[in-house]
Amino acid sequence: MAAVTLLEARGLTRSFGGLRAVDHVDFTLNSGEIHALIGPNGAGKTTFVSLLSGRLQPDAGQIRFDGADVTRLPAHARVAQGIAYTFQITSIYAGLTVADNLALAVQRHPTRDLAGETARAAARVGLGDHLGQVAGLLSYGHQRLLEIGMGLALRPRLLILDEPTQGLANKEIEGFTALIRSLLPETTVLLIEHNMDVVMALADRITVLNFGKVLASGAPAEIRANRAVQDAYLGGHHAAD
Amino acid sequence: MTRVLVLHLAVLAGLAALGAVLPAYHHGMMARILMLAVYAIGYNIAFGYTGLLSLGHAMFLGAGMMAAGLWVQQGGSAAAALGLGALAGLGAATLTGVLALRTAGVSFMIVTLMFAQAFYLTLLYFGAITGGDEGFPLPAAGRQLMGLDLSQDGPRYAVALAIFAVALLVQLALVRSRFGRTLVAMRENEERSRMLGYNPFTTKLAALAISGLFSGVAGAGYGLLFGYVGASFATIQYSILPMLYVLLGGAGTTLGPLLGAVLMFYLIDTASSLTELSLAVIGAALLFLVLFAPKGILGTLRDRGIRWLP
Ligand SMILES: Nc1ncnc2c1ncn2[C@@H]1O[C@H](COP(=O)(O)OP(=O)(O)O)[C@@H](O)[C@H]1O
Ligand SMILES: [Mg+2]
Repeated sequence: MAAVTLLEARGLTRSFGGLRAVDHVDFTLNSGEIHALIGPNGAGKTTFVSLLSGRLQPDAGQIRFDGADVTRLPAHARVAQGIAYTFQITSIYAGLTVADNLALAVQRHPTRDLAGETARAAARVGLGDHLGQVAGLLSYGHQRLLEIGMGLALRPRLLILDEPTQGLANKEIEGFTALIRSLLPETTVLLIEHNMDVVMALADRITVLNFGKVLASGAPAEIRANRAVQDAYLGGHHAAD
Repeated sequence: MTRVLVLHLAVLAGLAALGAVLPAYHHGMMARILMLAVYAIGYNIAFGYTGLLSLGHAMFLGAGMMAAGLWVQQGGSAAAALGLGALAGLGAATLTGVLALRTAGVSFMIVTLMFAQAFYLTLLYFGAITGGDEGFPLPAAGRQLMGLDLSQDGPRYAVALAIFAVALLVQLALVRSRFGRTLVAMRENEERSRMLGYNPFTTKLAALAISGLFSGVAGAGYGLLFGYVGASFATIQYSILPMLYVLLGGAGTTLGPLLGAVLMFYLIDTASSLTELSLAVIGAALLFLVLFAPKGILGTLRDRGIRWLP
C-alpha cells in the first residue's frame, strides 16, 4: 500500500536574529504513522514543529496539510483543520479545574454530553479521579498528562507532541506509549522525544535534526546504523564497528 | 446549578422586597445603583471574565444613553429607546474592538481611553444636538414604558429591577455556557486557547460587543429612568467607576458588579457629603483594592471556600 502524504514541508526556514534555527527543511509525514523527531538540544525541533502548527511564521518555505497550502493559515485555523500541538513547556489553564481544561478541548467538537465526554477524556490519560482539582495544583507529571489529554480531546488528525514524556515516571511512560499506539491509524503522530526507548518502541520513521538541518530520515534501523547520526547525537558509539 | 440559580433568584427577591420598604431617598438611589450595576455587569464580562482591561466603557454607556435620549426627544417610544441604546452600545463596542483589539495590555487601555475621549469631544462638538455638557431633559411623554410612568418612584424602581434582573440572569447563563468558558480561557491563557483552535480576536471582539450591549442598555435605562441625558456620562470618570465596582465586588463573579456598585456608590455618596474630594476618594479606593484585595469581596470568598460561587 502506497503511503499517503498527510503533511509536507518544503524549504522551511526560520531565523532568530542571526541564528538559523530551522534551515531549509524538507519533510514528509505519512498518514497514520508515528514519526519521531530527534536531535540534540537546540537543534531546532521545537521551532520546526511551531512552524508546522502555526505558532511561528516561517521566513521561507511552504507547508501543505492534506493537500492544501496552510503556510499562511493562523494557528487556530490549523488546529480547526486537525493539527494539534502539545507544548514542551506545559501550558494549561492553571487556575481552572482539570474538567474545565479538558472541556475546553472537548467542546471544540459539537457534543450533547460535554460532561461525559470530558470525564472520558480525563480517564484516558489517568486523570479520572482529578476532575475537580485545580490544574495548577496537580503534580508536574499529572500536568504533562493533562496537556496530552487536551491534545487528544481535540481528536486531531495530526498530533504533535513536544517531549511529552519529560517529567513522567516510568510507569506513566508505559501508559503513555500504549495510549499513543491506540491512536493509530486515525491519528498521525509527530513525536519529539529524547527517551530513545520510547522512540524505538513507537516510531515507524525517524527524522534527525541537527543545527536546523535534516541530518537523516528513515526507518529506526537505518537511523541506528547511520554514522553521521551516531556522531552527532547517539553519543559517537559506532554500532557497526 | 440549582444552588446557584436559587442564590441569584434570592438576590432578586431581596431587591424586590427592598423596593417595598425603602424610604424615598434610598429608593431613587437604589434605582440608580441598579442601572450602574447593569453597566458594571457589562464591564465584568469584558474585564472580569475575558481579561480585557478597558478604559473606554463610558463611550458605550454614553452612546446608549445618547441614542435613547435623542430617540425619545424626537417622540420615539421608551421601549424602542432601550433597544436602540443596546444597539448603540453594541455598535460602539464592536467598532472600538475591531481597532483596539489589535493591541493588548497597556496599549489596549490607552487606545480604548482615546476612543472614549474622542467620543466625548464629539458629543461636545455637536452640542447643538446633544446639549453638550449640560445635556438635555427627556420629555415626560417619552418616559412611559408599558403603561408605567418612569418619573414615579415605584414604577421607576420596578423597571430598574426588571432590567437588572434580565442582565443578571443573562450574564449568569452566558458565563456558565461553553462560550463563557472560552472567555475565561482567553483571560487565563491566550496562547493555550489559540492552540485549542479558538480565534483570540473574534472571541475577544464578541466579549467586548456583548459588554458594550449591556453598557448601552444601562445608559439608555439610566436616561429614561431619570429623565436626563448628557455628555458628562461619557467622561473618563464613568469608565473608571465600573472598574471600581467590579474590583470591589469581585471581578469574574456574577454578583460582584451589584455588590461593588452598592458599596462604592454609598461610599462615594457619604464621602462627597463630608468632603469636596470625591475623586480623591475614588482614587484611594482603587489603590486600596489593587494593593490589598485584588480579587474583591466575592472573589476572596470564593477562594476561601465558597468554590461554587459563579
Ligand atoms: N523565540 C526565540 N528567540 C530566539 N531564539 C530562539 C527562540 N526559540 C528558539 N531559539 C533558538 O533556536 C534554536 C533552536 O531552538 P529549539 O527549536 O527550541 O530547539 P530544540 O527544541 O531542538 O531544543 C536554539 O538555539 C534556541 O536558542
Ligand atoms: Mg524543544
